[in-house]
Amino acid sequence: MSDARAVHPPSVHNAAPCQAATTCPYCGVGCGVSATLEQGRITAVAGDTTHPANQGRLCVKGSALHETLGHSGRLLHPRVDGAITSWDDALDQVAARLSATRSTHGNHAVAAYLSGQLLTEDYYVANKLFKGFLGTPHVDTNSRLCMASAVAAYKRAFGADAVPCCYDDLEEAELVVLVGSNLAWNHPVLYQRLKTARSRNPLMRIVVIDPRVTDSCDIADLYLGIAPGSDARLFNGLLAFMHRTGRMDQVYLDRHAEGLEEALAAACEADVTLDAIAADCDIDPERLETFYYWFTSQLHVVTLYSQGINQSSSGTDKCQAIINCHLAGGRIGLPGAGPFSITGQPNAMGGREVGGLANQLAAHMDYHTPQALERVTRFWQTGTLVPTLPDGPGLKAVALFEAIERGEVQAVWIMATNPVVSLPDADRVKRILAACPLVIVSDCMANAEVLDVADIILPATGWSEKDGTVTNSERCISRQRGLTEPPGEARHDWWIMTEVARRLGFAQAFDYDHPATIFAEHARLSGLDNDPGAAGWRVFDISGLASLTRDEYDALAPIQWPVNARAPAGTARLFTDGHFPTPSGRARLMPVRPCGPQQALNATYALRLNTGRVRDQWHTMTRTARSARLMNHRAEPFVDLHPEDAEAHGIKDRQLVELTGICGRFRGRARIARAQRRGEVFVPMHWNEAFSGRARANALLAPYVDPISGQPESKHGAVNVRPLTHGREATLMVTTELAEDLQPVRDCAYWARIPMCHAVRWQLAEDSDMAERDWLAWIEDTLPGPLSQWSVDDARGRLRASSLQDGRLNWWLMVGPPDTLPSPLWLDALFGEASSEGISMAVRRRILAGRDSDARDDGPIICSCHQVGQYAIQAAIRDGDHSIEALGARLACGTQCGSCQPELKALLEEERDHVRL
Amino acid sequence: MTDTTGYSPPHEHLVVVGNGMAGHRLVTALMARPDRPPRITVIGEEATTAYNRILLSPWLAGEIDRDSLDLPAPATHGLHWHLGEQVTGIDRTARTLWTDQGTRLEYDRLVLATGARPTLPDMPGIGLGNIGGFRTLEDSHWLMQRTAGQRAVVVGGGLLGLEAAEGLRKRGVEVTLLQRSDRLMNRQLDVVAASWLKDTLTQRGLTVETGAQLARCEGNADGQVCAVVLADGRRLATDCVIIAAGITPNTELGRLAGLDVNKGICVDGHLTTRDPAIHALGECAEVAGTTVGLVEPIWEQVETLADVLCGHATPAHVPMPSATRLKVAGIDLYSFGAADPAPGVESMTYADPGNGDYRRLLIADDRLVGAVLYGDTTDGPALFRLAQAGTALGAARETLIFGAADATHPLQEVA
Repeated sequence: MSDARAVHPPSVHNAAPCQAATTCPYCGVGCGVSATLEQGRITAVAGDTTHPANQGRLCVKGSALHETLGHSGRLLHPRVDGAITSWDDALDQVAARLSATRSTHGNHAVAAYLSGQLLTEDYYVANKLFKGFLGTPHVDTNSRLCMASAVAAYKRAFGADAVPCCYDDLEEAELVVLVGSNLAWNHPVLYQRLKTARSRNPLMRIVVIDPRVTDSCDIADLYLGIAPGSDARLFNGLLAFMHRTGRMDQVYLDRHAEGLEEALAAACEADVTLDAIAADCDIDPERLETFYYWFTSQLHVVTLYSQGINQSSSGTDKCQAIINCHLAGGRIGLPGAGPFSITGQPNAMGGREVGGLANQLAAHMDYHTPQALERVTRFWQTGTLVPTLPDGPGLKAVALFEAIERGEVQAVWIMATNPVVSLPDADRVKRILAACPLVIVSDCMANAEVLDVADIILPATGWSEKDGTVTNSERCISRQRGLTEPPGEARHDWWIMTEVARRLGFAQAFDYDHPATIFAEHARLSGLDNDPGAAGWRVFDISGLASLTRDEYDALAPIQWPVNARAPAGTARLFTDGHFPTPSGRARLMPVRPCGPQQALNATYALRLNTGRVRDQWHTMTRTARSARLMNHRAEPFVDLHPEDAEAHGIKDRQLVELTGICGRFRGRARIARAQRRGEVFVPMHWNEAFSGRARANALLAPYVDPISGQPESKHGAVNVRPLTHGREATLMVTTELAEDLQPVRDCAYWARIPMCHAVRWQLAEDSDMAERDWLAWIEDTLPGPLSQWSVDDARGRLRASSLQDGRLNWWLMVGPPDTLPSPLWLDALFGEASSEGISMAVRRRILAGRDSDARDDGPIICSCHQVGQYAIQAAIRDGDHSIEALGARLACGTQCGSCQPELKALLEEERDHVRL
Repeated sequence: MTDTTGYSPPHEHLVVVGNGMAGHRLVTALMARPDRPPRITVIGEEATTAYNRILLSPWLAGEIDRDSLDLPAPATHGLHWHLGEQVTGIDRTARTLWTDQGTRLEYDRLVLATGARPTLPDMPGIGLGNIGGFRTLEDSHWLMQRTAGQRAVVVGGGLLGLEAAEGLRKRGVEVTLLQRSDRLMNRQLDVVAASWLKDTLTQRGLTVETGAQLARCEGNADGQVCAVVLADGRRLATDCVIIAAGITPNTELGRLAGLDVNKGICVDGHLTTRDPAIHALGECAEVAGTTVGLVEPIWEQVETLADVLCGHATPAHVPMPSATRLKVAGIDLYSFGAADPAPGVESMTYADPGNGDYRRLLIADDRLVGAVLYGDTTDGPALFRLAQAGTALGAARETLIFGAADATHPLQEVA
């Protein structure tokens, strides 16, 4: 077999430090990264100044990329039925079991569930193998959870899954509307670009539409805190307002669009007076009118939307309502104008380009696209190899797992994603997979929960090892380069599938020796029978890259598709000529009838649940939790709730609470936040059983999906909340080495595991009073090393203890009320002290104090880049630093990635209010 | 007793009975004041000049030399000495006293600073030879005659007993320490600190018997003690017995003069007895029902009395709770407040046995009311001040036990 390691550029082996360009694996912005390579390791990262997406910037997650590498926690060897085995055996088993499933239950009993983390080349091979050769349409991806609604709406309106805008449009716009997008946290580099543009253009205005007051509001000229799910009503109202005030672009509509009458009629079925719309959206009518007026009075308007719009049971219609307004006003195809969907993942778009969704076939062709089946069969020459090409769209993510539950699908291959965490009704998904006869998982991390239910585990390469291309939210294809050696026996996903394909007898169609050959084939397919004006025209066309040599592929600079003979240097904006790839050549306005969330509130579940990301984490934390500094911003799973809701439920700030939904439960720490609307709670979607006992947001959500896009309604759960504990909690810190063998506390009512630099910290709590436990006996039974120090405050039910051995700290425990936990950073540093003399006598008693006698407790970390805590910032403000710049000059906070600046501003305002009081 | 104003006219003769640490300190304080009584006479029972009794322990242990004991002599102008004389009578009406040397002195003001003596248990054999206390130079000379290999029994597990026992042990004497209570230093230490102390002393070669009550002493033909017998019947052979089980104030002169005497000679806040011309000071005095045996409160008494004797109006002396700071066998101890917490008093402890570090804080109504520090006592004074100030601890309580600085820089809470 060919060795996957042979594909790395020779620079890997250079001993002298060198720079290599690659692409960040986190959000959909797709920033260029300049990595410093030393001795085959990445020792530092910086923003790539030549990459068009970020122009040298990086956010805090990207800046910490090199801290998340390393071989610990990685999957290193193939396993079959729990036992380590050779690659040969594992691949044989995969091939044999897939064949057996197909012959017994038919081709459609096999499925693949992919990920926006895969590179385009991996995606292409997966799509070709499953759809083209295994003969099953059931290939879906976690992109379904992220932006399927945006895709469905683009396809309906434009005839293509094509984002019309580019990032420069955010800078060239006169009005930017952020709706359902906390850009400041989730796409920080774009936010920084927008913020800079606004500071340079005094005429630029920014509107934020979101039920929560997010950090993105920091740059908003107008904020509309709408009721969750009322977006379609808001934009229908805008369409009616444009009509009523004569602000439509009749010329554009006449020449380039159709369906206005039906769309307008649907919008006007409801009362479209400002007061009625404002009441339905629960906002101030004057603010609403201001927004409508601004939208209609500016030509260069970008509406940027994300999961807040997409993750809805009517997400496609919400996107459409936005697109309707842009088409009606002619605000598209111009610099600084258009409806702009921002994806969550680094390669969501790349996956769609190859057809890696259940309703797609390949290269932006769907099953129902005329001649598509014939064309793809011809191109893949699959007719000669396998007579059956699937005849229809496959099952979308949620439906796919339901089909597995019913036994219709008997085998699923899951790549680079963790569906038992990320899908709604996540507990059920885990049960479904546990009962599925064949679950194959390719992943790079050993702690992904989906591995618990896998029959065959295949160790895959990860970022910095994988080699291929990704496409970001502005259609820009960038190289993600293989710079370091994979650990253990980890292999590239495309290689793994190619080997399985060979074993299944498809060697000729999968004769790949390098991602470049896969990319070239993909590029050729995109250009096959693809001419504007002719039947079968697809906007996605990268035939201009089909003849790249391997060196040219390796050196490929970022380029926006389409790339073809007419646009050899790529294309920044689409539809500039008003010509759309629909049968009529016109864009389509569609009637939208707003409807509320499917997950209904009732007396039992009276709180509206919103879910989303936090600033410093990514997905299910398998990667970001490896950087201690990224854990400091939000160390534990949490529930944001309004002060009045907290009071009504008897909940104090930082208390542990439990949310109950119709499907499951979520436990986390309450954060009382005025940013929440009353009656609504917010939880992060990152935590899972590797980091906390019951903190999977998706366990709370019922699996309602958009009927068109199949995207789950992740933003609109229905839950109840109650305080979880009233008594003591425990904080346990253990050196990283000892923590590997320690599972101290999985029986606790609440636990959260927080990786730090030199230690692992657990927060533990029981329903009953923790102080009632015989802790000294527990220590003896559970923890390694001697009990060296202890302190007891019986009246407060507080105990602290530590273990020291050979001058080093083994572990540290504190049991007591949760409100005065010391900042763990000082202790973490102490865990790392390894001098021969060990810990000094002066420091020794401070160990149990948890902080140095002179050292300030800096409080929760606000600035992750420079590790600056809240108390330090507050002290500096009181000491006279009255601006973000002054704080930056003194403490360096907010001076690197800038993503904490909204929080700095909030602290400045808070202190100002404090002084006024 | 009604309090006196503290005013006394000048131009009078002051007689101070007692040249111990209290009397010496008073005279030294007066000599530094220009408006002191013009004539001052000191009568001392011991023939030597004043010495620092506290340093007898290190002297016995061989850590310092004899000269280090001497207290600096006050300026002699207007000062008259009668050393080696004992007062035998006082006529308050005539304001006159007599000594065993036949001296007759008239006084305008009289200060009794007669100190205290070891409390000797009332038991058979207490009068035998080689049984003594450990308070004076003479006692020390007696103990320093002990040589290596001899045996000694020290009765009393308080500070003095421990110091005597350690001093003798360092001279090579085989020492058994008898403590009536179930723990050493039971008035200062809690159970844990006392048991750590016992363990440490035992490791160093001292035999410590707690819960041991002395029943009688047995003598040899020469009338010297040769064994002690405990209440439980055990018999310990010994060459000497050192009694360090408490002190008895020397109140005889007060009785002789017909003053009010309780445990000590009763005085008011200006250290004045029922007779406005007579004051009592130091271990022999009882202020507000309390007698003291530690230096610090006595120094405060001296300052008050010096003001009174110079005719200054001065606030009444209020007996303050005091802290005990000791070094026993190289182990630093610091304590104040009750050793056994009253009901409702909360207790916090910290232990680091490998480092010989222990402390316990007592807290009532969110205020520090007591502390035992064993090993590292550097935070002791700060904790004592915190208790004296009655500061509410609030958030500082959480980490106070890990360092006194935490009390002054309490945790900042999230606003």
